[in-house]
Amino acid sequence: MSRPIIATTSLAGCFGCHMSFLDIDERILDLIELVEFNKSPIDDIKTFTKDCDIGLIEGGCCNTENIHILKEFRKKCKILISFGECAIMGGLPALRNDISVKECLAEAYLDGISTVNKEEILPNDEELPMILNKVYPCHEVVKMDYHLPGCPPRADLIWDVLHALILGTDVELPYEVVKYD
Amino acid sequence: MTKDFVHQTIKKFNSDSYRLLDMLLDIQQEYGYISKDNISVLAGELNQSEADIGQTITFYHFLRSKPQGKYSIYLNNSIVSKMMGMDKIARQFEKESGIKFGEVTKDGQISLHYTSCIGMSDQEPAAIINEKIFTNLTTFRVKEIVLAMRQGKPVESMYCTNFGGGKNSSPLVESVVRNNIRRSGPLLQLNYVPGQVLQNKVSLMSPDEVISEIKDSHLRGRGGAGFPTGLKWQFCRRAKGARKFIFCNADEGEPGTFKDRVLLTEKPEMVFEGMTVAAYAVGAKEGILYLRYEYKYLETYLKQVLQDLHGKNLLGENISGISGFDFDIRIQYGAGAYICGEESSLIESAEGKRGEPRPRPPFPVEKGYLGYPTIVNNVETLCSTVTILQNGANWYRELGTDESTGTKVLSISGDCLYPGIYELEWGFSINDILEMSGAESTQAVQVGGPSGALVPPSQFNRILCYSDLATGGSLIIFNQTRDLLRDVVMNFTEFFVEESCGSCVPCRNIPALLKKKLEKIQAGDGVREDLKEIEEWSNIMQINRCGLGHTAANPVITSLKNFRKLYEALIQKDVNFDSGIDLSAAVAESCEFVDRIPQL
Repeated sequence: MSRPIIATTSLAGCFGCHMSFLDIDERILDLIELVEFNKSPIDDIKTFTKDCDIGLIEGGCCNTENIHILKEFRKKCKILISFGECAIMGGLPALRNDISVKECLAEAYLDGISTVNKEEILPNDEELPMILNKVYPCHEVVKMDYHLPGCPPRADLIWDVLHALILGTDVELPYEVVKYD
Repeated sequence: MTKDFVHQTIKKFNSDSYRLLDMLLDIQQEYGYISKDNISVLAGELNQSEADIGQTITFYHFLRSKPQGKYSIYLNNSIVSKMMGMDKIARQFEKESGIKFGEVTKDGQISLHYTSCIGMSDQEPAAIINEKIFTNLTTFRVKEIVLAMRQGKPVESMYCTNFGGGKNSSPLVESVVRNNIRRSGPLLQLNYVPGQVLQNKVSLMSPDEVISEIKDSHLRGRGGAGFPTGLKWQFCRRAKGARKFIFCNADEGEPGTFKDRVLLTEKPEMVFEGMTVAAYAVGAKEGILYLRYEYKYLETYLKQVLQDLHGKNLLGENISGISGFDFDIRIQYGAGAYICGEESSLIESAEGKRGEPRPRPPFPVEKGYLGYPTIVNNVETLCSTVTILQNGANWYRELGTDESTGTKVLSISGDCLYPGIYELEWGFSINDILEMSGAESTQAVQVGGPSGALVPPSQFNRILCYSDLATGGSLIIFNQTRDLLRDVVMNFTEFFVEESCGSCVPCRNIPALLKKKLEKIQAGDGVREDLKEIEEWSNIMQINRCGLGHTAANPVITSLKNFRKLYEALIQKDVNFDSGIDLSAAVAESCEFVDRIPQL
C-alpha cells in the first residue's frame, strides 16, 4: 500500500493543537516514514494537490472561510478528525455564543475601551470572510468521523491515534486521555 | 424607609438564613422585586455573600431582581394551555398592553411573563395575575382585563363569573377556580369529619401500631415514585434526631397535574390530619406544608384551617388528649421551580437555598431538613393514611389491585369532554378512562406528565398500577388533530430545558440538544443518524442525580419508541448527513451590522 496522506488545518483555533502535534518529538521522524503530508501548516502546502486519507481539523467555524475550508477537507479526506476542544465543542471562541454578534462587533470596533476608530470603519470588504452568528463545532457543519478530546489533545494521544489509523490497529484510550478536566 | 422593612423582615425570621425564601417573598411582596440594595442588606445581616442571595433569587422564576409591572401577568405556557389556545391569548395580551412577553410597560403598570404549568389544566388557558388565578381566558376577556388594569382597578374586581364550586367560593378563597370533581372515592368523600381518626383511632394506638397498619395497607407514595409509605415512616421513626420534621409535598409541578390543588381546597383538614398522624408515628413535633407559589391564593384559607384545628385541639399541645403529643404546622412557599417536587430539592428549597437535589444517601428520613430526620409525603399520600386508619388496612387492600392497593386521584385534561378530577381504584385501563372522560378519536395519552410516557392506541388496554403504568396522576389526552412532535414532544422538551436545575451535566445539556434535534427534524433537515443519536444520548441521562434528570429525555424517547413513524416521515431517506446549518441565516446579522451584502 502506498503511504497514507495526511492533511491538517487550524480554523477558529489557536494552533495549540498543532503545537501539541509537534510535541510527538522525534516520533515525527517515524511519522514521515509512514505517511505523506499534503495541505498542512506543517509542510506549508496551501492548497490540496491530491485526495487525502486523513484530515485533522483544529478549531471550530467562526466565519465563512472556516466553513469553506472544512467542506473542502470533507471532500478531499476519507477520514476527518475533530482535533481538540475547539473543533469538538467550539472551545474558547464559542464563549461569544451567548452574546449577539452585533454586540461583539460593536465592542471590537466601536465601543471597546482600547478601540480608536474615529471614523467608525467596520470590516466589510468583500475579500473578508463573513462572520457567523455563532461559533459552530465541526460536526455541526460536516460529518466528522472521530473526535480527539483535549485542550490540546496530548501528543501521545495524537501519536497513538494516527499510528493506529495508519496501521489499522486498535487504539487504547485510558481514562486519563479522554477525561474532560 | 426601604431598609427598615428589610430589617424588620429579617428580624421577623430571627435572622435565620434558612428562612431566606420567606424573607425574599416578603420583600418582593412589599416592593414588587428584590433590589440590589436589599440584597446587600440581606447578605450583611445573614452573613452570606451577595452571590449566595443572588443564586437563590435567580433559581426561582417567581423571584425577580428587576422591577415588574404593578400587574404582573403570568400566562401558563404548559401543553394543555397551548392546546386550548394560549397563543391567541398571548398575542392578545401583547396587542392590548403594547409590550412583548418578558417586558414591562413604560408606565410600569403591566408586565407579561410565561410560566410553567400552574395546576389548572382542566380550565385552560389560565394565568396568575398578582397571585389571583384567571381561568378559561378568551381574547375578549384579555381586552377587558387589560382595560381594567389601565383604569387601575383591583385584580379581584376583574373576575366576571361566579366563584368556583366547593370551598373555592368560601369568603377566604373567593376564586374562580373550579374543582371539576367528576368521580369521588374515599379521599374526596363528603362524610369525612376532621379529627375522628386522631380522636377515635390514633389515640388508642401506639406509634408502632400506626406504622404497622400503614404498612399492612401496602400504601405507596402518590407523588409518582411509589415508595412504600409505612416503610418510610418506620425508617424515620428508627432514625435518631433531637428534632424530626413532617413535610407535606404540595409542590405539584408535573404539567397536567392538579389533584393536590383540589385536595387542598376541599380536604385541607384531611391533609393536616395525615401530617399529624405521621408526626405521631415517627415522633415529630414540627410540620411544614411546602406549598407551590402558584397556589398562594389559598393562603388565607389554609391559615384559617390551621387555626381552627388548633381551636379543636387537633394541633398544638397534647393533641386529642394524647399526653405529650405536640405538633404544629407552618406553611412554606416555594417560588416556582418544578424540581422542588423532588424531596431532597424540596428540603433544600425550604432551607432557603437553590432547590438542587442532594446526593443520596443519606436519605431525608435520616438526614433531612436542617440535618434532622424528615418525612416528605405527597398531599394525596397523607390523605390516604387518614382513610386507612379510619377504615383499616384490610378495607384498603380490598381496593385496587393486589400490589397497587387503594385509590388514585387522577388529573385528566386535554382533548376530552369532561376534564377534571377522577378518584379511581388502581387497575383501570386507559380505555376505561377515555370512555369515562368522554374522549374520542384519541391519538395518544401522556401518562404521568412529561416525565412519564406517551402511550399509543395499541397500548390503551394497559392498566394504571405500579407494575404497569405508574403515574403521579397526570393524564393528558391528545386527539387526531394534534401534531404530537411539534405540539407535545417539543413543549415537554422545552419544559425540561427550562426546569433542569443545572447541577448534572447531562441534564443541563442533553434536553437542550434534543430540542435542537427536534427542531432540525421538524425543519426537514433530519437524517437517520439523528434518530440514532437521540437514542444514544438519552441513555446517558441515567447518570443524573435525580428523577427529573433520569426522565427528562422521556418525551423524546417514548415518542420515538411508540410513534416512530412520525419521525421517519420527516427525515430525509437518501441523505446520510445534513448538519441543518443555514449559512445565509448565520451571516445575516453580522453583514447587516457592517453594512455588507452577503455573498455565499
